[in-house]
Amino acid sequence: MDFLTLLQVLDTTIRFATPLLLACLAGLYSERAGIFDIGLEGKMLAAAFFSAAVAYTSGNVWIGLLAGVAVSVLLSILHGLASITFRGNQLISGLAITMLVGGMTVLVAQDWFKQGGRTPQLEGAARFEPITLPFAIGPADAEAKGEQLSKLIAEASPLQQIYSELISGHPILVYLALALVPLTWWVLFRTRFGLRLRAVGENPASVDTAGVSVVSLRYSAVLICGVLCGLAGAYLATAMQAGFVKDMTTGRGYIALAALIFAKWRPWYALWTTLLFGLFQALELRTDVIENVIGMAVQSQLLGALPYILTVVILAGFVGKAIPPRAGGQPYVKER
Amino acid sequence: MDKMPKWADVVLIPLISLILAAVISSLVILAIGEDPIAAVKLMVSGALGSSNGWGYTLYYATNFMFTGLAVAVAFHASLFNIGGEGQAMLGGLGVALVCLFIPWPHWSLAIVGAAGAAALFGAAWAMIPAYLQVRRGSHVVITTIMFNFIAFSLLNYLLVNQLRPPRAMDPASAKFPEATHLPSLHDILGTVGIEFSKHAPANVSLLIAVAACFAVWALIWRTRFGFELRAFGKSESAARYAGISPFKITMVAMLISGGLAGMMAINNVMGESERLVLNAVEGAGFIGIAVSLMGRNHPFGVFLAAILFGFLYQGGAELALWTDIPRELIIVIQALVIMFTGALDNMVRMPLERIFLALNTKKEG
Repeated sequence: MDFLTLLQVLDTTIRFATPLLLACLAGLYSERAGIFDIGLEGKMLAAAFFSAAVAYTSGNVWIGLLAGVAVSVLLSILHGLASITFRGNQLISGLAITMLVGGMTVLVAQDWFKQGGRTPQLEGAARFEPITLPFAIGPADAEAKGEQLSKLIAEASPLQQIYSELISGHPILVYLALALVPLTWWVLFRTRFGLRLRAVGENPASVDTAGVSVVSLRYSAVLICGVLCGLAGAYLATAMQAGFVKDMTTGRGYIALAALIFAKWRPWYALWTTLLFGLFQALELRTDVIENVIGMAVQSQLLGALPYILTVVILAGFVGKAIPPRAGGQPYVKER
Repeated sequence: MDKMPKWADVVLIPLISLILAAVISSLVILAIGEDPIAAVKLMVSGALGSSNGWGYTLYYATNFMFTGLAVAVAFHASLFNIGGEGQAMLGGLGVALVCLFIPWPHWSLAIVGAAGAAALFGAAWAMIPAYLQVRRGSHVVITTIMFNFIAFSLLNYLLVNQLRPPRAMDPASAKFPEATHLPSLHDILGTVGIEFSKHAPANVSLLIAVAACFAVWALIWRTRFGFELRAFGKSESAARYAGISPFKITMVAMLISGGLAGMMAINNVMGESERLVLNAVEGAGFIGIAVSLMGRNHPFGVFLAAILFGFLYQGGAELALWTDIPRELIIVIQALVIMFTGALDNMVRMPLERIFLALNTKKEG
């Protein structure tokens, strides 16, 4: 395998890892505050549809993004209502939301666009285009020289290849997702809000005793979760692909959930884990690369299942122990 | 004193939840420009208006009885088995292996072998999550979700690379031999002279599903183990104090649950498609959750709820066939039922409790 192929695989890794990372961070906020959320998948799917639908009708991807985030936040409020206000079962609520979205997106898509549960292809300003960073070789250079972009990059120096192929040329949401990792770390571990958020996931009674509202803390965590899921879904439909298709999240919300456990509910670990899981997805498309490197064929189905298998191994406690926030999944009842 | 009479808890709350789900679904139908009343009429005539419709309704109901019972048994031990989907997939694999590789002389023997294999494979798939829950403290919901995906990948691999007959295009096993074909309701009712549609897929598995409902009822309310199971589900610490082993209860409850989910395969794989296809389960594992919640985790409730969802599924298929309403409407209804009966239970319950409390105090005063 040559250097450029490696870079291409890593480039695809970043593209695949971004929605996982956003959803994983979303789950991180929610679960750190003691609200389990197995509805990440549903919120992503809803955001994917509405961002694509609104971006198509308005012709502006930013309005689409807003619509996607808004719908995802609405679903978050529903989840909060069920699990915080009505102290219901958080797992059932998450499951119901995912199912609801799975059905509703097709119903609405069929009603609006009559294309068998998909949106029309997005073009131009209705999509997030790749950004060419300064000094990188981008499509503009290729057009100026009248040559293929891949050819120009192949002829450049290795350092320029890394910069142009791997670091430059992603849509803005990729860079945003990466920036959210240190930000999340800072919020959770260096601010008062973060301290309280973590405390409410470990021991809500102590937070209540300190005179801080458990309910509003948990709602704010759930809302942040909604915003991030919205970004993840919008990325899928308006940046990674050009439009919505039925069930386009294909289990990414659950992989993000697995990544969250694998990362032991920590932001930096979340980045590495989602990159690893993104690599598996990238390799699923390039099984020839693995065959060249390790000299034997690996079933693509195995690669698809690998995130789940690894997470089960982690859960089994063979490689370190993943301990969830202690009050996770339990509704908080104030004593009377 | 109870806050509310038992009948309200058992009948009224599910009914109100169902009505809420129906109202929202009607609004959805209105919003996409169709007539909800016409839709209901079409669903009733399509699912219950002919023996063919009934045949499909009962066929779906058979699936949902198995998966609903699976969820209910686990719920009684306060375990949430969300992995019925994966367990039913593995059950299908068990059925396929037994039917393809053992030369059965007659269907009556084949169904015993197939049901055993289905239960065994389904239970095996539930065993690891159960073990991880008790011994390693990892949440059974998370592990069963993971196992659903692993099951799909495994089945995908086996069907594409191993079980697919040579020169076949779609990922599916070969047809099962003639001797393993189960008699349909048409054949069974024909012997007593009742006319029943020849094409409907409902088959002898329905009787096994009904028997399973009885067996689960007897297990939970008429055996020592059932008592321990319920005690454990109500309060783990109290059960532990009474000398009930959490390990035993969790393992056995999940094995029974997985086995029941797996046994669904005698209906859909052996009874209907007569070969193993990739998406044989078609979400029945998740519908089991709705069925169990709706049926209040009681086998008789599960039986009724399974028929209700069987009706919804067949009715939904008819809607998709004759109107512009896509089949996904049923998924929406199902999600709403799960939402109202499972997660927003308190939203329905709290005002009702207040009403009953007010009524009671008035009577006493």
